[in-house]
Amino acid sequence: MIEQYIPIFMVMVFAIIFGLGVIFASKIFGPNRPNKFKLMPYESGKDPVGDARERMSIKYYLVAMLFIIFDIEVIFVYPWGVEFKKLFADFGILAFTPMLVFLIVLELGFLYIYVKGGLKWD
Amino acid sequence: MDIWSIVIETSIKIFVVVNVLLLTVSYSVYFERKISAWAQNRIGPNRVGWLGLLQPFADVFKLLLKEDIVPDKSNKAIHALAPFLALFVAFSTYAVIPIGPEMTLFGYTFSLVVADVGIGILYVLAMTSLGVYAITFAGWSSGSKYSLLGGIRSAAQMISYEVSMGFSIAGVIMFSESLNMNVIVQSQAGWMWNAILQPIGFITFVVAAFAETNRMPFDLPEAEPELVGGYHTEYSSMKFAGFFLAEYANMAIASALIVTLYLGGWQNPLVDIFGITGITATLMQIGAFLVKVLALLFFFIWVRWSLPRFRYDQLMDLGWKVMFPLSLINIVWVAALIMIFNL
Repeated sequence: MIEQYIPIFMVMVFAIIFGLGVIFASKIFGPNRPNKFKLMPYESGKDPVGDARERMSIKYYLVAMLFIIFDIEVIFVYPWGVEFKKLFADFGILAFTPMLVFLIVLELGFLYIYVKGGLKWD
Repeated sequence: MDIWSIVIETSIKIFVVVNVLLLTVSYSVYFERKISAWAQNRIGPNRVGWLGLLQPFADVFKLLLKEDIVPDKSNKAIHALAPFLALFVAFSTYAVIPIGPEMTLFGYTFSLVVADVGIGILYVLAMTSLGVYAITFAGWSSGSKYSLLGGIRSAAQMISYEVSMGFSIAGVIMFSESLNMNVIVQSQAGWMWNAILQPIGFITFVVAAFAETNRMPFDLPEAEPELVGGYHTEYSSMKFAGFFLAEYANMAIASALIVTLYLGGWQNPLVDIFGITGITATLMQIGAFLVKVLALLFFFIWVRWSLPRFRYDQLMDLGWKVMFPLSLINIVWVAALIMIFNL
């Protein structure tokens, strides 16, 4: 069972080596002549104004929270999805009703966010 | 099967697949430029080699010999980690994508997938979620406002579309009864392609794939007129090449995923119609997979030159208010298909 996963680990090791190779390649082959102006943050040729570690809109955090909520529901759907045909053979329509209720509850939560204006982007 | 034969077999597979992937990536860059040129009535790259065919290699060598600039304001460690992570994600996702059925060569049978694991789809979802970190890190660590805006936008966009992507895949696994990619392909034998059986899921998945790979019309993270280069504004040399490579590798992997999940993977209808067996059938199936992937790659580039870019609020509206409910409807649709027609 565990040897199924050896190839995945080998791919990951390869990807790590390849990634590190690319990162360090230019350090080795490229020139290194830094100066003050070259190392400035790019701001269309002007001197940079202020710092880039700015505050950002709360909307982005809200999106992240919505993502966490709904992406966890995806994981609840998968085990049911894999077993659905077997469940249908055993229980008929009863195999689908619990998931329908689940999806409706999910959709109600989604509508709540919608009505509250959580998805309004201004 | 002992461990060393697995290791040797996997090494050969990784070598072959990585070479195919790198070749696909470098030539999709070339063809992107060529097709852009045709679309805009220009000539495109035609200087390096015959018809400019050596252009991708010239680009890589140029970037290799450029200076690696790490801005003063940046967080040095994370600045280097971001392109590494992007490459790591791009070059480890292909592991579970099957390019053909089992193949027998010199009396030795092996499957044409690097890792034939039961958790195929979960692995892909986990890896693509990691991709968000690469772009967020790049945006935040550069210490430039353009990068920051690009990174934040991209994070919000990618996680928004990942939800509808996850729900559309639920429809696929209801047919296949497994998360294993090879089983999913086998469940689409003949013309039972998921794209035909569940068109809604197919559309939501393709749109989500465009958004996940930051392609037009969803390329807001690097919208040139407003954000210069987006999250990779402050990257140069091979670190920039890393992002570039990862972006095109993600495009190739997204095409391969769409083909595997919705367009029948390596299923070749001709094989069934003419009853071909043996090595010819296997080669025809691998050929079918490659043709489908290349057609989708062309589609990616074609869309880029046909559609204008979305505004940011339109993008979020489309993701949450259209694609998310549609992907839920798709689950009900698939369940109805299974219950009524007993597919």
